[in-house]
Amino acid sequence: MSEAGLRRYHANVWEEPIIMQMGSEGERGIAIPHAEKEIQKTVGSAQSYIPARMKRRRDAALPQVSQPHVLRHYLRLSQQTLGMALNIDIGMGTCTMKYSPQVNEELLRLPQFADLHPFQDEDTVQGILQIMYEFSRFMCEISGMDEFTFQPGGGAHGIYTNACMIKKYHDVNGELKQRDEIISTIFSHPADAACPATADFKVVSLYPDPETGLPDVEALKAAVSKRTAGLMITNPEDTGIFNPMIDEFVNIIHEAGGLCAYDQANSNALFGIARARESGFDMCHFNIHKAFSSPHGCMGPACGSVGTKKEIADYLPVPIVTFDGSRYHLDYDRKHSIGKVRCFFGNIETILRAYAWVMGMGPDDLRQVSETSIINTNYLIKKMSSVQGVTMAYPKQARRLDQVRFSLEKLKEDTGVTTDDVARRMIDFGVQEYFTSHHPWIVPEPFLPEPCDTYSREDIDYWVEVIRHVCQEAYKNPEIVKSAPHNHAITKINRQDLDDPDRYAMTWRAYVRKSKGKGRK
Amino acid sequence: MSDVMRSAHPYIPNSVPETREGMLKEIGVSDVEELLTVIPQRLRLNRSLNLPRPLAAESDLRKHVEEILLKNGTCKEYLSFLGAGCWQHYVPAVVDEIAHRAEFVTAYAGNTYSDLGKWQAFFEFQSMMGELLEMDMVSLPTFDWGCAAGFAVRMASRIADRDEVLISWTVSPERLAVIKNFCHSEYVPAHISIKQVGYDVKTGLLDLEDLKAKISSKTAAIYFENPSYLGLIESQGEEISKIAHDNGAECIVGVDPISLGVLAPPADYGADIVCGDIQPLGLHMNYGGGVGGFIASRDGAEYVSEYPTHLVSIAGTEDGTGFGFGFCTHERTLYAVREKGKDFTGTTVGLWTIAAAVYLALMGPAGIREIGETIIQKSHYAARRLSEIPRVRVLFSPYFFKEFVANFDDAKKTVREVDRRLIDHKIFGGKDVTSEFPELGNSALYAVTDIHTRDDLDRLARSLEAVLR
Repeated sequence: MSEAGLRRYHANVWEEPIIMQMGSEGERGIAIPHAEKEIQKTVGSAQSYIPARMKRRRDAALPQVSQPHVLRHYLRLSQQTLGMALNIDIGMGTCTMKYSPQVNEELLRLPQFADLHPFQDEDTVQGILQIMYEFSRFMCEISGMDEFTFQPGGGAHGIYTNACMIKKYHDVNGELKQRDEIISTIFSHPADAACPATADFKVVSLYPDPETGLPDVEALKAAVSKRTAGLMITNPEDTGIFNPMIDEFVNIIHEAGGLCAYDQANSNALFGIARARESGFDMCHFNIHKAFSSPHGCMGPACGSVGTKKEIADYLPVPIVTFDGSRYHLDYDRKHSIGKVRCFFGNIETILRAYAWVMGMGPDDLRQVSETSIINTNYLIKKMSSVQGVTMAYPKQARRLDQVRFSLEKLKEDTGVTTDDVARRMIDFGVQEYFTSHHPWIVPEPFLPEPCDTYSREDIDYWVEVIRHVCQEAYKNPEIVKSAPHNHAITKINRQDLDDPDRYAMTWRAYVRKSKGKGRK
Repeated sequence: MSDVMRSAHPYIPNSVPETREGMLKEIGVSDVEELLTVIPQRLRLNRSLNLPRPLAAESDLRKHVEEILLKNGTCKEYLSFLGAGCWQHYVPAVVDEIAHRAEFVTAYAGNTYSDLGKWQAFFEFQSMMGELLEMDMVSLPTFDWGCAAGFAVRMASRIADRDEVLISWTVSPERLAVIKNFCHSEYVPAHISIKQVGYDVKTGLLDLEDLKAKISSKTAAIYFENPSYLGLIESQGEEISKIAHDNGAECIVGVDPISLGVLAPPADYGADIVCGDIQPLGLHMNYGGGVGGFIASRDGAEYVSEYPTHLVSIAGTEDGTGFGFGFCTHERTLYAVREKGKDFTGTTVGLWTIAAAVYLALMGPAGIREIGETIIQKSHYAARRLSEIPRVRVLFSPYFFKEFVANFDDAKKTVREVDRRLIDHKIFGGKDVTSEFPELGNSALYAVTDIHTRDDLDRLARSLEAVLR
């Protein structure tokens, strides 16, 4: 333990070369089964089945590496990755870095799941269809919606699916030409703006009241018009503040003829407490890889499960899993379906895990998840209040739900140390860096912890002590924070390399080409 | 629920009643209800969720889920010839070991330093795909091939500043449906209209005359797949890309990457943007979950600036002692500029990207060539055995890879009936494409991969013969 009571930490340093630099001519990682002699005799050479102009002329310049070295290399890379399971991952607000039960990982590795093909006869997939159907019933109860799809492959994809349904709805009603605007708030996830824009809506973003941090009802009334197609909004927003007027927002949009889509990616504080239905929403989406415990997998596979009220359910992507009392079916017969947003049925591994997670929780412990998330957040706020340089955004209404946005504006003014610097220094103490917050930074120099149900009181205390220690360093020796990290495998990278077309390189071959004659270090 | 004493939940450390009480006290409230007052009563559920009683013991939970899953019949238990976008290839043990590492399974958005290994694995994926495709620019994958093709079409539309795309009829109908959701209704200004280009029902090849007739100064891109959804190797790649380029359009090719040890990379015949699925590269089928769509292209700002996806670039350290990685031109994305970003991205398929990297590292140049040869020989053997069966015709031979179309018009049985009878023989027959491609009659798409043995293929032939007898 250091002076500050923080653990000594140093990341693994392996200095692994890029795989392209490894191995030697003739080495191989795996042997391939050859077609049996009888097959070879019957059909002859493979090359005779490729039109001359479509033959590959030279072998792909993949690395030639033996199996133990491939394993060693990627094990080392895994050791240089600070997964949630290894650390107090409180900093990643909006991400809900919660424990992914190990037993669920084992379930999805069973051949009864891993070796299922999406086009198998329905009779041979009744088990997985049952899990999908039952889980959709759970989701309906948790949200108050009437039907669910698991097809979208991530949260943004779920939002895009909702935008496509809003568009189709107005198209069917002959109003799409007129209704070309989606209203959102600047504290909703950026996908609530980008996805409707991809679906070719204009996006109107409401800004928060500087006192309360909440979007203003009067601003909404001013924004609504005949052009309004719908509302796409997060609540609690990416500040952890719950909008208590949300039902009025929904009413105003409904009166104007629009639909309301609830971005429930940040749903960890609401299990059994508040639902999309009671607020009046027509549709919503949940990130199964967040509040529902499916792991984040280095950014996926994920699921943005989309639920709708029955009035909109005809617009859902197909197929939907149905149950006739004895058998489960894939229902493709939806009058106004937007069709497909992804091939097959979605990342069903996330659904299998989430089904097991809900079955292991039950209604009381699900509520306990949310109550704990809320208690943890407000406890963290209390602890953080004594850290020099840190202020909470919108302190007027002090209670937060699942997360809380702080500002290091004071620290920056006093010391010149920025929130990005602090994030980079934190990782020197063995905790994952924090997420500053989405852009634009209306709260200056922000950071956004989310101490979800996974973390103990001691974890939260430790995490706050890391922030306190780094802020103290900023006052005493700002250079150590600005030049961080110090306990990692590499030092600060040159970020200009990432944006200059003459230097950026997404592949080794591009890197080699661009470095030639450049005298690069 | 009030703060009644219950036993702690193993996943929730602060569910210990004393801890909870202590924390509430520290916050300065006596009951969690005081924290919930920010949510008005009228928006509350005010009752317990109606969900099943929990299976608190892990052993009970595991048994419960296993019993449900045991109702499934698997492609290990049945001999399967299903493909059509999701294929049963062998997954090497090293791939699974790495894809199961808790470090990778539970990491998320950590940046350059704390998740260095994740970033390097991503860069290595892009690098090895770059070699397979012989392209300098490869993106992190998106959700699946359908979305990759949809994004590629939108990129091409922006690059060419045109709003029409030509798509071959022989692309996957599922993928086409996904692409359509990226192109939008005619009422919206950013509508991209889709025109489909015909094919020759005898050869399965794209109809070049139809392409010439339909391409115009409005055409942003032509998109075709090679091998096509029906398994055919398109030999006219050069002609197609030339026609596209002569008309100022981009040439987009969808490709099955496991074919590229033996088939020419699309860049060889003029492709500007290439997309496809990484599922064949070491991902279990997972009931269609194990998919991910890659996008690659020519390098240069003209292309790079139009990607919606995350791009991982290598970068030197400031002190010149080493290298790291970061997101290239992050300002393109919604994370920087919200609705002004290029389309959208987000959480996609990071873990599958790492699995595919391990797969490619294991395969090497020889492995990827050999597996292509094996698949061709086995699939052609299967086609030959099937064509020997009376009343079965194999369409389009001899140029196909992995998948071929078997026609049952003469058999007086629908594909659905044939497939249902094959199930009695513990076989999943080919995917029924009768409604997707009515012009091909009563037909099924059979997939044969590296996992099939001669015995398997002979067994299929015998069973099919018995079913049709």
